[in-house]
Amino acid sequence: MKFEGEHLLPGQLGHFFIILSFIASLLATIAYFTASRQTDLAVKNSWLRFARAAFFIQVAGALTVFSIIFYLCSHHLYEYMYAYKHASKELEYKYLLACIWEGQEGSFLLWIIWHSVLGTIFIIRRNSTSVNGWEAPVMTIISFAQFFLLMMILGIYFFGVKIGNSPFTLTRNELNAPIFDQPNYLSFLKDGMGLNILLRNYWMVIHPPILFLGFASTTIPFAYAYAGLQTKRFGDWVKPVLPWALFSAAILGVGIMMGGKWAYESLSFGGYWAWDPVENASLVPWLILVAGLHTMVVYKATGHSLRATYLFSFLTMTFVLYSTFLTRTGVLGDTSVHAFTDAGKAINVMIALFVAVFTVGSLVYYGINYKKIPAIHKEENTNSREFWMFIGSLVFFLTAMFIIAKTSVPVINSTFGTSIAPPEKVEFSYNKVIVMIAIIIGMLTAFSQYLKYKDTKKQYLLKGIVLPTIVAIILATCLFIFYPFTYRKEGAGFLIAIYIAAFATIYALVANTFYIWRVLKGKVMNAGASIAHAGFALMILGMIISSSNKVVISDSRVNGLNIPVSKDPMTKQEDNPQENLTLIRQLPTRMGEYEVTYQSDSAGHEKGRKFFKLLFEKKDPVTKDVSQSFYVSPDVYVMKDNNMSSNPDTKSYLSKDIFTYISYALNDANNVDTTKFKDTEIAEGDTAFYSNGIMILNKVVRNPNNAKYHYGPNDLALMADITVIARDGARFKAMPVVEVKGMDATKYDDTLYAQNLFVRFEGVGEGNKIRLGVKESDRLIDFVTVKSYIFPYINIVWLGLIVMALGLVLSMIRRATFSTVQSAVILILAAAGLFYMFLLANS
Amino acid sequence: MKKTHIALLIGIAALICGLLAYSVDLSTYDTVASAKNKPGKFVHLIAKLDRRRPVEYDPINNPNYLSFYAVDSLGGQTKVVYHNSKPSELEKSERIVMTGRMNADHFECKEILLKCPSKYKDDKQQLNKTVTNETTSK
Repeated sequence: MKFEGEHLLPGQLGHFFIILSFIASLLATIAYFTASRQTDLAVKNSWLRFARAAFFIQVAGALTVFSIIFYLCSHHLYEYMYAYKHASKELEYKYLLACIWEGQEGSFLLWIIWHSVLGTIFIIRRNSTSVNGWEAPVMTIISFAQFFLLMMILGIYFFGVKIGNSPFTLTRNELNAPIFDQPNYLSFLKDGMGLNILLRNYWMVIHPPILFLGFASTTIPFAYAYAGLQTKRFGDWVKPVLPWALFSAAILGVGIMMGGKWAYESLSFGGYWAWDPVENASLVPWLILVAGLHTMVVYKATGHSLRATYLFSFLTMTFVLYSTFLTRTGVLGDTSVHAFTDAGKAINVMIALFVAVFTVGSLVYYGINYKKIPAIHKEENTNSREFWMFIGSLVFFLTAMFIIAKTSVPVINSTFGTSIAPPEKVEFSYNKVIVMIAIIIGMLTAFSQYLKYKDTKKQYLLKGIVLPTIVAIILATCLFIFYPFTYRKEGAGFLIAIYIAAFATIYALVANTFYIWRVLKGKVMNAGASIAHAGFALMILGMIISSSNKVVISDSRVNGLNIPVSKDPMTKQEDNPQENLTLIRQLPTRMGEYEVTYQSDSAGHEKGRKFFKLLFEKKDPVTKDVSQSFYVSPDVYVMKDNNMSSNPDTKSYLSKDIFTYISYALNDANNVDTTKFKDTEIAEGDTAFYSNGIMILNKVVRNPNNAKYHYGPNDLALMADITVIARDGARFKAMPVVEVKGMDATKYDDTLYAQNLFVRFEGVGEGNKIRLGVKESDRLIDFVTVKSYIFPYINIVWLGLIVMALGLVLSMIRRATFSTVQSAVILILAAAGLFYMFLLANS
Repeated sequence: MKKTHIALLIGIAALICGLLAYSVDLSTYDTVASAKNKPGKFVHLIAKLDRRRPVEYDPINNPNYLSFYAVDSLGGQTKVVYHNSKPSELEKSERIVMTGRMNADHFECKEILLKCPSKYKDDKQQLNKTVTNETTSK
């Protein structure tokens, strides 16, 4: 059959370029590998030239494939499955990129692109000191990784086995529906499924690229470690790899926290970190990478810890791959909110193969060469800096192992057929261990810098550490007195642990700040490490404060109003959470220190999206003056498949965030009003009845000019000024208006949502009477149920992250060979970008 | 690796193990029947919404009280009480994973995870359905 209106050329081109890139990556791997084993310089150089050419062909191919996918999505070519599944016409232009990485294939492609970019930079800088001589073995690994990644999107059958999922498959081949039997099926396929609403957030445009750059950049330490073993220059690679590893730590760290910020702004779980498997899977490589960074520094300074450096460098990338396996094969299933779903057995096997080759390959290679890696057999002194740095690295590594072991429970279940379920308090089961880690790491970070490598005199240590210790104790005491933690949920033991951890982070923050000031004499350019440490400490401190003192202000117990809660009559149980609060339209309701009114609703840009405008007002208890007022507009989105999703809205102040989301809303389709208006004739001063009370017509006003209406003397409008008194004594004002313009009369009804009462000025009656239309709706009262939190000082978390990332970037610049201008540009761009994204672009 | 390292390593590992041990807090997946055998114990219950019986939720009076009946694959039934807002897809769900405790007459639910037929658009069968509906209704 001939189908009408299809554009098949881009798909064929795309498919061709995938295959081209795939073959080129294989050739580049082989050529680089051969070059790395050649001793004859002429032969080696000819292999290198060939390998570079192959790599660049692969790069060009990957970029072309990416452009074609972008073209498919931006031109709404729904004959392609990828565009149909991820794009839609209503999608704003900025989200077109996000819909590319929404899918498996697109995110693999993103990874491929970053490897391409990093590899290209590597080749261009091949004569600089950090690359010189390492090109062949390092690029072998990068090309080999490209080979596997491109295989994931290959989409060809090889002896009847499907290798990879191509992003260029056609909708009519993938789906089964009667329309695909018609030649003109495309004219029925009017719009695509579109990007998931939760991903329509600017973080989703920027977070995946940064995170995947972080993932891709971990390949370089891995590749250097391989190169060290392969060239038998066992220790030479550590110096050149350091700037790359620092870059990786900065990018991966920022990428992870961007994910946290997205979750905070878009998901309604009420926080930035939930120990979700997907989050854990990206945190674990970062922890190992940071452990590796420290052992690298130790090796450079003292010659110790080289074997550990190898292990950590290999494991960092290995765990990136393992986390790919966890999040993309559907193995997490029930335990994660945002893992990819199962993409089919074939691709799972390939991902598993990818993980296995890199993991087993590197560890076996490491094992074979273990004895050859030089190690100093004299022990470090316990008063040396390297000893405690190594301990810190070990703690980071063990933390990573602890987290990954817990995260891997679903894998264990599916491998051994067990059915271990997560514990009752998932977050607490992590937090109670992590709080101990925070204490240890905080202390280590505080005093380690005041030790010298190899051996430290007692006086030297004391001279440095005493003042920061005293200052930290004073600061911590002040904080605890004036702003005590209220997290009593997990008992006194945990609360004490929180206090100690808070002290440890303050200690680390103060000690590192003092170090910059007193030991480094304020030379900021040399202080990358201390700045990063201070930032890390600040971030952890922010996390401790914001989560310990988080308050659910929609909790009925906090509000003191209620509905008897203390004991449930059914269960005889106390302390059930009452965290949801129902707001009836136009009825101010107490929430924490605010009075909250659900004022109106409005449609969003997308079909099916509805915003609820909530007015928060803080009033003086005596004078009733409004001292603070703001709106938040959380929304509910009924997606095409009829699922509802709720998106929070946050009001940010410097010292706190007020975070609100809709936990229950009526579905408009099931709530239609069927009653009609009934007329009553009424004169000024008369009273009329309705089922729940009375209405008094105070007067009829001609051309009213008040807060709601603005008529001048030349208009022709009448307003009925009515007081409604409900049976419970509540008083309301109703002011319906009729306006005459030429031949047309327009009626502006007034609605008392709290009474479900609609009042209309129908016209003028006999004598002094007017005709009033009254309707008591059988529709449910308009209301919305919300949950609302206050996160205090959450900006400290973001500020700490920014400081940490800038410290890492500073260290990277110092250790790489950049000119002053290049360094300045990198630093300014990084600082401006981070500040803008995390602190300014809050709306 | 040095002796001191090993000592410290063991120390830290022991600390973590200790922490884990004092709180072996992994739970289990249960059916209604097996959960009823351990009242008051925290379990994961996998069941379905019993559509023949009423779902009770009145957000205007109390947005923090939801009750419904669940039935599992072995036919075990229980009333469920959830002190939170009603998940919007409850009626459409195919499978419900609940955590909480079994009491004398009902399951006191702490958390609900719904498995809906169309949660993910990667589900091809659902896409088939969607494309059929959308193109035939116009």
